[in-house]
Amino acid sequence: MVTFTLNGQERTFDGDPDTPLLWVVRDFEKLTGTKYGCGVAQCGACTVHLDGMPRRSCITPISMVEGSEVVTIEGVSGKEADAVKTAWAGLDVPQCGYCQSGQVMSAVALLQMVPKPTDADIDGAMAGNICRCATYHRIRAAIHNAASSMEG
Amino acid sequence: MTLHDITATRRGFLAGSGLVISVAIAPKMLAAAPTGVQAGGDATLTPMNAFVKIGTDDTVTVLSKHIEFGQGPFTGLATLVAEELDADWGQMRALHSPTDNKVYANLSFGLQGTGGSSSIANAYEQMRKAGATARAMLVAAAAEEWGVPAAEITVEKGRIKHAASNRESGFGAFAEKAARQTPPAEPRLKSPEDFVLIGTELPKLDTHGKTNGTAIFTLDITPDDLLIAVVAHPEHFGATVKSFDDAEARKVQGVIDVKQVPQGVAVYADNTFAALKGRDALSIEWDLSKAETRSSEELAADYVRLFREPGLEAANNGNVDEAFKAPGLQTVEAEIVFPFLAHAPMEPLDAVFIKAADGSVDIYNGAQFPGMDQTVAAQILGLDETKVRVNTQLAGGSFGRKAQFGSPYMQEAAAVYAASGANRPLKHMWTREDDIRGGYYRPMYAHRMRGAINAEGQITAWEQVIVGQSIMGKADLDETSVEGASNLPYAIPNLKVTSHNVPLVVPPLWWRSVGHTHTGFAVETFVDELFQKIGRDPVEGRLALLTEKPRHAGVLRKAAEMADWGGQVPEGRARGVAVVESFNSYVGQVVEVSVGPDGAPRVHKVWCAVDCGIAINPNVIKAQMEGGIGYGLGAVLFDAVTLGKGGRIIQSNFHDYRSIRINEMPDVEVEIIKSAEKPTGVGEPGVPPVGPAVANAWRSLTGAPVRQLPIVNIVSA
Repeated sequence: MVTFTLNGQERTFDGDPDTPLLWVVRDFEKLTGTKYGCGVAQCGACTVHLDGMPRRSCITPISMVEGSEVVTIEGVSGKEADAVKTAWAGLDVPQCGYCQSGQVMSAVALLQMVPKPTDADIDGAMAGNICRCATYHRIRAAIHNAASSMEG
Repeated sequence: MTLHDITATRRGFLAGSGLVISVAIAPKMLAAAPTGVQAGGDATLTPMNAFVKIGTDDTVTVLSKHIEFGQGPFTGLATLVAEELDADWGQMRALHSPTDNKVYANLSFGLQGTGGSSSIANAYEQMRKAGATARAMLVAAAAEEWGVPAAEITVEKGRIKHAASNRESGFGAFAEKAARQTPPAEPRLKSPEDFVLIGTELPKLDTHGKTNGTAIFTLDITPDDLLIAVVAHPEHFGATVKSFDDAEARKVQGVIDVKQVPQGVAVYADNTFAALKGRDALSIEWDLSKAETRSSEELAADYVRLFREPGLEAANNGNVDEAFKAPGLQTVEAEIVFPFLAHAPMEPLDAVFIKAADGSVDIYNGAQFPGMDQTVAAQILGLDETKVRVNTQLAGGSFGRKAQFGSPYMQEAAAVYAASGANRPLKHMWTREDDIRGGYYRPMYAHRMRGAINAEGQITAWEQVIVGQSIMGKADLDETSVEGASNLPYAIPNLKVTSHNVPLVVPPLWWRSVGHTHTGFAVETFVDELFQKIGRDPVEGRLALLTEKPRHAGVLRKAAEMADWGGQVPEGRARGVAVVESFNSYVGQVVEVSVGPDGAPRVHKVWCAVDCGIAINPNVIKAQMEGGIGYGLGAVLFDAVTLGKGGRIIQSNFHDYRSIRINEMPDVEVEIIKSAEKPTGVGEPGVPPVGPAVANAWRSLTGAPVRQLPIVNIVSA
């Protein structure tokens, strides 16, 4: 039995302890904003925040999550999350949209750590998130816009 | 589709309202979130015609006959309707239409389908007529209710007004009355100079849900009692199951059943992880007797051998053979080999099946040809087509992958559902490995080019041989193999293009921009080499041969102007250019490239000019150019699916089938040529020019022409 916090609520899981957090969140908790894209931590579509840090949930066994706080796209909040979502909408970043939960989660984590990121900071924080529609040009611009909006 | 059909459909909707309600009951059994989105919306919306529904809250829902997987049809088609309806953009919504090959036909295909960058082009008048018809019916209803002449009623930003009597209403109040009006035989459409929404950068309708995780894709549909199924596929194309041992798989907690299906061995489980673990535990012996056992290298050698054989004639202008015999010629030759490419959309193929109480089945999937999926699923499930409803869902990309004649993916998914006994709702999903190894690739191609330059420095002859699979499965000439080459835009007096169709068991498919993925590269790199040989500037040289092609010339000139072509280029960088027409849209691109730290090209900037006729939404057009550039660039730099020794597929996931990432994405600047031509598509045309433009810059920078793709293989070799 694994006990953890999901978007502020205490949850338990008593299935196979090897089950990745991704499938616990999607199949058992029915929070489907977190996506499957590769299963091997190559694409970042499954990014959640684990104890405040971005984490690829597809390679995180639920047994590792005992006592941890998990935040998904459905629960992410705060000024960085608001700024990122507003900036994303402002530039109409998404195309197919499938990877964008992961992009948003990585971008929020970046701004929580680095409020005014450089292009190199953005490359470092976002290179793990693949977008096959290649919305990268707008993702970069939206992160800069979000950072600027938090200054005021 | 004619207006008559729209009218008939409207009457059908009203007459069959009992049926509509019975359909609406079905999703109740999937009360637990998240459910699939029912195509066409629910019975609370009043249909004005097959494409426009109005809610009592004044919302206008456009039923999109085209799937939304990122190229913007929800926004584009809603813009066309809203323009003629004189709606306010804030009241517009979009949903996928139900499946109906007649009512919702792509007017370019003759059946329902999305592809070939055709959504806006085929629906431009149809959607405007749907909006104008609904407007006329709302006005007629208001005139009747208010007892005033319809001619005195105006509509603006979603408000119906009668100035003389100072009356005003939203659409919702008149929706039901409007639906009972006789639609006008031929609604009057606006002149383009009167457009107020078309041509403006309206915000996209689907952005919000795609930013906060609430947008529902097929993979997200999770009804109660759901069974998850995955299939173990072979690692060789053409292989079949000889025997299998499922003892270990059945021991996995959560695995419910294991069944052989024509495509492999299906594992059914209560959750996704159990299904995957169960699949890993299978032991399967494959029969390779009919499998492709040649490697990509061996295939390429076989392809190149065909260069010397007579091929299928695609173009034969002037007399190429004589032209090459002229004295005093310089000739240039090149052979280029293109690899198999997987589409690798972010959401791998998937489908959800839910049986209703009456035995009919709702299918939820990202259907590019939903009518075909319906036919195939009905056959496999042994149901009448009317008992199978295909509810098209938002899809996580496609790039051509989900557009398959004969619906081979649905054949697998439906076979898996049928084999399960169809007693529980079922989600069939492919993993990334299934996707990369699943075939339906952009085929391998080999091109042989020969060019002749006379003593005056004019290009007098061009010969091109193209060897590869016929995507359309044809024995005679396949236009998709030679498009962009057989209609070479450059004025060269002697032109000969031939092709060879190679039969292979590796299934081929169109990949974002189809034939232009390779012909664009071959033509635009080779013409550039010819200009280099005669010492002509690549932009000036092209323009001199495009005097009869004003739209090609227009985008080329614009891209060159944007880049300040001929101006100062930073130390260590070089520029390349390419111009390609595809799907009746014209795109010119200039790129700036240096040698990256890993020895591969680093693309810093792309200047892109596009002429797609009347621009419906410039913001969406720019986004498609940016995305097309990233998609095309990633493939040219990094990607190949390779068959290794014995024909085994080598790549399996994003670690060895690399996607372009944010740190590799160039800055992109896009300009749209102002045009009065009818609108054409933008989903694909941004892709073809970037590869050859980069290869041209690379040749200029390093002296090395690119003869084999991906480029990263050459520099690491």
